[in-house]
Amino acid sequence: MREYTVPRVVAKILIPYILLYALYVQFHGDFGPGGGFQAGVIFAAGVILYALLFGLAAARRVVPPDVVRVLIAFGVMLYGGVGVATMAKGGKFLDYGVLAHDPVHGQHYGILLVELGVGITVTAVMIALFYAFAGRRSA
Amino acid sequence: MIAENLPVLPIVLPILAAPLCVILHRPRLAWPLAVAVAWATFGVCCALLARVLADGTISYQLGNWAPPFGIEFRVDSLNAWLMPLVSGVGALVLTYAPRSLAAEVARSRHGLLYGVYLLSMTGLLGMTVTGDAFNVFVFLEISSLSTYALVSMGPDRRSLMAGFRYLIMGAIGGTFFLIGVGLLYMKTGTLNMADLAERLPAVKDSRTVLAGLGFLATGLSLKIALFPLHLWLPSAYTFAPSAVTAFLAATATKVSVYIVLRFFFTIAGVGESLGNGAVREAIMLLALVGIFVASLVACFQQEVKRALAYSSVAQIGYILVGVTMLTVDGMTGALVHVFNHALMKGGLFMVLGCVVARVGGSRLSDLRGIGRRMPLTAIAFVIGGLGMIGVPATVGFVSKWYLVLGALEAGLWHVAAMMLVSSLLAVVYVWRVVEVMYFQEPEDAPEIDEAKTDEAPFGMLLPTLVMIGATIWFGLDTDLTVDVARRTAAMLLGGGS
Repeated sequence: MREYTVPRVVAKILIPYILLYALYVQFHGDFGPGGGFQAGVIFAAGVILYALLFGLAAARRVVPPDVVRVLIAFGVMLYGGVGVATMAKGGKFLDYGVLAHDPVHGQHYGILLVELGVGITVTAVMIALFYAFAGRRSA
Repeated sequence: MIAENLPVLPIVLPILAAPLCVILHRPRLAWPLAVAVAWATFGVCCALLARVLADGTISYQLGNWAPPFGIEFRVDSLNAWLMPLVSGVGALVLTYAPRSLAAEVARSRHGLLYGVYLLSMTGLLGMTVTGDAFNVFVFLEISSLSTYALVSMGPDRRSLMAGFRYLIMGAIGGTFFLIGVGLLYMKTGTLNMADLAERLPAVKDSRTVLAGLGFLATGLSLKIALFPLHLWLPSAYTFAPSAVTAFLAATATKVSVYIVLRFFFTIAGVGESLGNGAVREAIMLLALVGIFVASLVACFQQEVKRALAYSSVAQIGYILVGVTMLTVDGMTGALVHVFNHALMKGGLFMVLGCVVARVGGSRLSDLRGIGRRMPLTAIAFVIGGLGMIGVPATVGFVSKWYLVLGALEAGLWHVAAMMLVSSLLAVVYVWRVVEVMYFQEPEDAPEIDEAKTDEAPFGMLLPTLVMIGATIWFGLDTDLTVDVARRTAAMLLGGGS
């Protein structure tokens, strides 16, 4: 794909908006349709589009596989960490109400952080899957 | 904080340690963390069992949402009794794992393997502790998916194929389970187990519910490897890394047996599901055929791991025969056998792991002369093998005693006789190994110095001996296991219908 100018230019214009839209879906998820899963897939799609047009090596420079591995784990830990924080503050596991003085705010913060964890892990897993398949030598 | 959140800690600890293992990556850092967390989980599970035995059933509401709408963790004597077993075996095998893995798996993968192992443990504990039917499916998938990964990390190229076959069969089993839960939900409008148990009797005759229970039974039969749905099990156990096999053989099918008991006894009620003749006799027949066929096949295997895997299929048969007797003694025998078989089979696979670490294989021909070369390891195999046969003073005797007692109580003389005859088949497949270990010389080995031994590393030998020692301990001191099992059996049989 390297020799085609038009897709490369179009992708260069589109990728920032794809990533921005992913963040919108992520953080607007508590008010409208969306959330961590969808946002994670959209964000990863931006990275995968970059890899398709500019090559796997370029994508690996932008998002190194080691970083991907850490992000996969970090998302899960963020989710679980919220649960541990609620237990430490005297509530049940994942009882977001205790996170702030006002239970409604607490619920809001809790779901935001948990969804962020989901988003990070889904993004990283999607990229890791793409790297794994794209990195295979054809027999 | 710890006391009131006790039921959720066996899930939270390993599931948070798993990603940390993946981040740490280096086995030198990941292993101590994984082992510490696994033993801590075991401690929590023991505390939970003590509290349930003292105070009765504990209910825990996740996120403080009240059941039946929120997810509830519900611990009674049935699952509280299984959790120390799963976490204890998990911790012991993990302690044993690094030296065993060093011989079988590339070092760069060890960190990941510990993470996946903890995830598998999380899934199994989660299936046990949860009181929500859909939540069972979620944890079932966590444990299954991580198990497929663990199996395919094995040393052989065939491990990948074994993992793939397990994935196909496991996915079908999981899907059937989910369809079953969906059909029950369709008719009752609830997923909470206690709530299901209340609402199910009103609609018990509808075809939807019957179909749902049918799907559940089929899906779970795949997961527990009931004959003839056991085909994934032998190659998965043979080609997985030895430590993984020891953990899986001891825990995975046992937790699925628990799910069967939960769904068909406490939720659907004995009288409605298994009680009416045909279904019960069909399952008992399959279990009995499974005992004989699998034991017979085990007698002809050259690969000892595969022989033990077939023996596991036979042992599942014993457990299900005990369950389908519908007598307190039979059920006690089945529950005790869940516990005892986990110790025996886990111990035997750990012994084979020791042999693989020293000799490089676990075919019969590899075991020649092991009795002299690795005396303690060989003795451990003999003790574990005696347990499989059911010799007095081992755990195997305790479970067979109650199973036969239950069969006689139910008036099933032929079943009791068949169980005793099938023990003779166990004598055959255990003796083949013992004979090779003690009475055959290695073919091309140099002259072995009589006094010189070549035992497995201490870090592997000690956990193996602890596990095998436990089979004798619980064979002599049956207070803990039998008492709890008897209480649970009475609860299961009295609570239904």
